[in-house]
Amino acid sequence: MQRSLLLKPEKCTGCRQCEMACSFEKERSFNPARSRIRIFDLHSQGRFVPYTCTQCAEAWCLHACPVDAIQLDAGTGAKVVHANLCVGCKVCTIACPFGTVNYNADSGKVDKCDLCGGDPACARSCPTGAITYVDAEQTGYDKMRLWAVKTDTQPHAQA
Amino acid sequence: MRHVIIGAGPAGVVAAETLRQHDPAARVTLICGEAGPPYARMAIPYAMAGKIQEPGTWLRQRDGYYDSLGVDLLHDRVKAVDPATRTLSLAEGGALSYDRLLIATGSSPARPDVPGLDLPGVHACWTLEDMREVSAQLKPGTRVLLLGAGFISCIILQSLVQRGAQLTVSCGSSGRMVRSMMDETAGGMIMRWCRAKGVRVLTAGRPKLITQEASGLRVTLDSGESAEADLVIVGTGVRTNTGFLAGSGVAVDEGVVVDPFLQTNVAGIYAAGDVAQGLNQCTGLTEVHAIQPTAVEHGRVAALNMAGKPTPYMGSLSMNTLETLGLISCSFGLWAGKAGGEQIRVVDEARFRYLRLEIFDERLVGANTVGMTNEIGVIRGLIQTKVKLGSWLERLRRDPSRLAEAYVACTQGVAAE
Repeated sequence: MQRSLLLKPEKCTGCRQCEMACSFEKERSFNPARSRIRIFDLHSQGRFVPYTCTQCAEAWCLHACPVDAIQLDAGTGAKVVHANLCVGCKVCTIACPFGTVNYNADSGKVDKCDLCGGDPACARSCPTGAITYVDAEQTGYDKMRLWAVKTDTQPHAQA
Repeated sequence: MRHVIIGAGPAGVVAAETLRQHDPAARVTLICGEAGPPYARMAIPYAMAGKIQEPGTWLRQRDGYYDSLGVDLLHDRVKAVDPATRTLSLAEGGALSYDRLLIATGSSPARPDVPGLDLPGVHACWTLEDMREVSAQLKPGTRVLLLGAGFISCIILQSLVQRGAQLTVSCGSSGRMVRSMMDETAGGMIMRWCRAKGVRVLTAGRPKLITQEASGLRVTLDSGESAEADLVIVGTGVRTNTGFLAGSGVAVDEGVVVDPFLQTNVAGIYAAGDVAQGLNQCTGLTEVHAIQPTAVEHGRVAALNMAGKPTPYMGSLSMNTLETLGLISCSFGLWAGKAGGEQIRVVDEARFRYLRLEIFDERLVGANTVGMTNEIGVIRGLIQTKVKLGSWLERLRRDPSRLAEAYVACTQGVAAE
């Protein structure tokens, strides 16, 4: 059964352990700037919003890649950057309307969430249950998914 | 049903895949005008720099991909289209009939009217074959002059420097760099950056003449200024490849004009990608948007319509990203603004950072950025979803760099809770 990250801003305290865990998992260093998940601190609304790739069905990044470097992991449903193929052209970073693909100048490649192959470090590290990895059917991901639909300009296979 | 696609760039390949998926019984032929597997021109700079090998430029990486997909890949060129008989004449002498035709022939370098352009050592750098020729002549210290400072030139500028070339760039009469995607502030910043990195940038006029001298090729500008080089690369812009449509009745303006269903004025003939002049979502006009995201979106939508699934296209969003010797710049939508709109900008010349936002009716309609990469895609999200910025507009006026925050706040908003 496919699972998804469920992000609940109302449970997020802004501790940023997810950013630490993600950057350590992916970069072997505690560097929130290199985390694939980001906590937005919305002062004006008095809340924190965990934010990362929803592995959206539209897969803007995957389609925009000119060299097939972003591919679907059939097991997890994640859109995964294959660093050996990525040339660092950054087209996916402007094509993703969520801004969740980022260029890493150190590697010369792009970074995005790959669900850690099915055991996301952010969810493991979250102490408050703001980030959980659950059955995809239950997540809703409601707002982001709805937003993804609204963001969609390219009609897709109703397969 | 036989679908024929002319051109095996991103638009053509995505169209072939989409047709396979949505019209499984049909025959799909993809005509590739260059030798070898379909590849991405966008990847050429990285191959030239040595970051990837040639196979790394291929659009699809799996072995035997087109065979396994059931797409006939035909290496040939189309000489003419006859809509009356639904037949193509091919350069190799054959003919090919079609029921639905997709024109995805892209564009080719425009040749400026400069005497001396035929001299040995003057090249375009547009195809993989061009890249091989240029690459073979490049050694550390080779003097290279780039004719033109638009996107096409600038995207190979970095690769040339990485290969050790001693580089000169001629900006032409505008004296600006990447002026079709960046404003004067951003273009000026890029120019200053390039000069600081040792690139000579000529701004004093358009090239008038190229001559062969004992010590190399000399390019003379109409201002009288000149520069010498071992290799001249022509990157003065591109033209859509539509010559083979002469006499076909297919309407051509800047490119092949298409309706929102990507169909041309001739029933059954569609166009997609760099060759197509389709709807711009920001202006409502038809324009050529020669960029990768538009090419793949066009390819999908055209193919769905060809497969008998009427699907309108919302229109493309002009956007681009460029890395110039490590300095990254981006442009989106109506970056030059919209009449009656508002501009918000922040400039840090010392740190080579720039952000210009163009707002209209409380919505983001365009942007230019220099030196920013994080969450840059939210600019597309904000423009495309036409989200009203509301109270965030005032915050952005004070600090435009909070754009990603504005996006998250407006789209994952408490208003919905």
